[in-house]
Amino acid sequence: MHMADALISPAVGGTMWAATAGLIAYSSRKVKQELDDRKVPLMGVLGAFIFAAQMINFTIPGTGSSGHLGGGMILAILLGPHAAFLTMASILTVQALFFADGGLLALGCNIFNLGFFPCFVAYPLIFKRLVEGRDGQGRIFAGSLAAAIVGLQLGAFGVVLETLFSGVSELPFGTFVLMMQPIHLAIGIVEGLVTAAVVGFVWKARPELVTAAASPAAGRGSLRTVLVALGIVAVLTGGALSWFASANPDGLEWAMFKTSGSEALARPEKGVHASLEKIQEKTAFMPDYGLKTEGGDAQAETEAHSPWPAVSPGTSLAGLVGGILTLLLAGLIGFGLKRRANHTK
Amino acid sequence: MSHHTIEAKDLHFVYPDGTVGLDGVSFHIGHGESVALVGANGAGKSTLLMHLNGCLAATQGAMRIGDYPVTAKNLKAVRRTVGMVFQDPDDQLFMPTVFDDVAFGPLNLGLPEAEVELKVMQALETVGATHLRKRPPYKLSGGEKRSVAIAAVLSMSPDILVMDEPSANLDPRSRRRLIQLLKTFEHTKIIATHDLDLAMELCRRTIVLHRGRVTADGPTDEIFQNETLLADSGLEKPLSMQSCPRCGQSCR
Amino acid sequence: MTPPPGGARRMFKIDQNLFDIGRMDTLATGGTPLHRLDPRAKLITTLAFIVAVVSFDKYTLSALIPFFVFPLVMIAGGGLPFAYLLRKVLVVAPFALFVGAFNPLLDREILFRLGGLGISGGWVSYLSILIRFGLTVTAALTLIALTGFNTVCLGLEKLAVPRPFVIQLLFLYRYIFVLTDEAARLVRARSLRVFEASGLGFKPFVSMVGHLLLRTLDRAQRVHLAMRCRGFEGQMPVLRPTHFGLPEVRHIALWVPLFVLMRVYNLPIKLGLWITGFFA
Repeated sequence: MHMADALISPAVGGTMWAATAGLIAYSSRKVKQELDDRKVPLMGVLGAFIFAAQMINFTIPGTGSSGHLGGGMILAILLGPHAAFLTMASILTVQALFFADGGLLALGCNIFNLGFFPCFVAYPLIFKRLVEGRDGQGRIFAGSLAAAIVGLQLGAFGVVLETLFSGVSELPFGTFVLMMQPIHLAIGIVEGLVTAAVVGFVWKARPELVTAAASPAAGRGSLRTVLVALGIVAVLTGGALSWFASANPDGLEWAMFKTSGSEALARPEKGVHASLEKIQEKTAFMPDYGLKTEGGDAQAETEAHSPWPAVSPGTSLAGLVGGILTLLLAGLIGFGLKRRANHTK
Repeated sequence: MSHHTIEAKDLHFVYPDGTVGLDGVSFHIGHGESVALVGANGAGKSTLLMHLNGCLAATQGAMRIGDYPVTAKNLKAVRRTVGMVFQDPDDQLFMPTVFDDVAFGPLNLGLPEAEVELKVMQALETVGATHLRKRPPYKLSGGEKRSVAIAAVLSMSPDILVMDEPSANLDPRSRRRLIQLLKTFEHTKIIATHDLDLAMELCRRTIVLHRGRVTADGPTDEIFQNETLLADSGLEKPLSMQSCPRCGQSCR
Repeated sequence: MTPPPGGARRMFKIDQNLFDIGRMDTLATGGTPLHRLDPRAKLITTLAFIVAVVSFDKYTLSALIPFFVFPLVMIAGGGLPFAYLLRKVLVVAPFALFVGAFNPLLDREILFRLGGLGISGGWVSYLSILIRFGLTVTAALTLIALTGFNTVCLGLEKLAVPRPFVIQLLFLYRYIFVLTDEAARLVRARSLRVFEASGLGFKPFVSMVGHLLLRTLDRAQRVHLAMRCRGFEGQMPVLRPTHFGLPEVRHIALWVPLFVLMRVYNLPIKLGLWITGFFA
């Protein structure tokens, strides 16, 4: 369920980066305050465990596909919400950097979808409520299962919202939700079962590890935190949304680039720049590919109908020639540097 | 000088799940002594080592390191005195680079930066690993990891070295190098090991543990000659003695 | 003997990636001036680069081209193996290829004509995705290859990223290698005892993962003990002198304004117009 760079607009990506950065700062402070120095290595090693565990797959009977352990919920159960959130964030960061899962722009979204919802919503509101004080195998199983499913549903909904706010949504909101949620319900049930079974396994062998995290002391006050954080995020995303709603089609463009950028292109030297700029204003910034890849072809096709002003071949040729030349130039600079570096070696 | 001594008095330890770890262990190890701690799996070796620096607290009895009883209050002083080399170097080398790892202890002691660097370089030199200092731990061979793990402990200038299975997972040459290295140390040493040949080379004295009790405590070569004792404790004669018992006796 | 194909592929993928991470760390030990730069300088320029690249609209093509100068100069100046990095980018490229693949089918509006050939908006945006993808991935890869993951993390800390998170990144990175090794041994051991191409059932799967988890928790405990034994009391000390001096300022002052310039002015169009105008 990784969100990809290509799916989102820079504004949504930036907003989610900000929200995620805030949550990381907050969780870091909380973890520091907990003063449980065992957690320092525990978080690191458990993060690595999530990587390792994903190398082990089981076959889902009758489907031919395979499932593996998800991350957020089991971390929350073993570490408590704050440490789990940091751990999840670190996993996604490494995946984005090395495995190209998602991408850097989408990293904020991914951390939020896969970290915030399981750690700060599903864990305190579902797992803890179900398990607190009345632990037993059945409770722990039910709690893990339900929390994992809800966490993933919320995460999928996050994907929907982020994609919509990115301006991709030629697909109606309802259709998108109906498409995303059931798929992720299926995935969530598999993940939930795995999480519940593994937590149950640990609980049988070392009950103190599971119940310690579920004790009332761990992650106290996280409900309030959730509400505050949700409020902040709502305001932030609301801000992003209103940008979109604004009359200016490219109101989202970052001011610095917008003002100077349009000026530069608007100079009507041969009349073609003006039309080029119009294209930019019309399409303003929002890549709209990803959704269509998932959505029905027909639907998206009928909706991709905005008429483009024709661009004279002159500009395209100029762009082509200039582009090739620039590429050559960049290559030459690199090549020259390399020669020099080899010489001085 | 008395802080190089170790004294255990009737140590008992029971794990939370009821398993008996130690069942009345007593011994005294003097300054500069090198002692092998042998016993079958589950005999209580690791449990005993954990008591030496307060990682575990005895349910009954007392442990003394030099002038300090091992209690929560003295933990800092005790841990400075006792350097513990863990069985799996991957557990011990947790910092990003070899240098950072060896510097971890001295920095925690609050030493000034210049001194930390000096200590790190000295420790790395002692184990012959200065060239590895910039490497990340996962890029080291088994033998290199072991050397660095030892350096990481030496950099804190401990008086007593405690080692858990130092020769585990080492190829023959790395093992030989390790033995040569350990021979040069003048610290008081406790080496828990299944490698009885290593014990013979490094330790004049041996303590045999069996089911949480000391079943023998004496000169290494005498103990390793005593086949019934070894068999009772789930051990075997070291290889070097099996083929030629008479030479074994005169060896070191 | 054959493990479930999905699992094997995924494992291979992770194995391969880890091997690559190791190679990247070796590259980062180089001694060029670019390697020696304080990580903060490289982080800031790389972030500025990525922001500039992704901020273009979806039909941008030519204006993106000049941005190649940054990764190319970094690769050349750092003496990094171009072919290797290119291969790495290509390995992850299918992802981008897939994400954008429907664009040409869905967006058939002719955007402009080149000779007799009509180029649709879908093809333009698809190509734009690919270029952008190539640029950002290359930039991130060169950052790691010039700096090393650990040093990048230290740079992050100096840039006010909260310490617990930085420590977490470092620990995670350290133990990924140890634990994936352990998991790989488990998977191999199992695949050697399964003589049919049957997948792993749910129960054995849970017991495998559960055991791995228990071992992991034990390891965390041992690591913690090892840390306590060396005086750890909750604070992670890191001794790593960094200086943000003239070379760093120069690095940022050279690149960031250049990115702004390239973002604001479409240099290739200008160049191309100038040249085609010259011939016309």
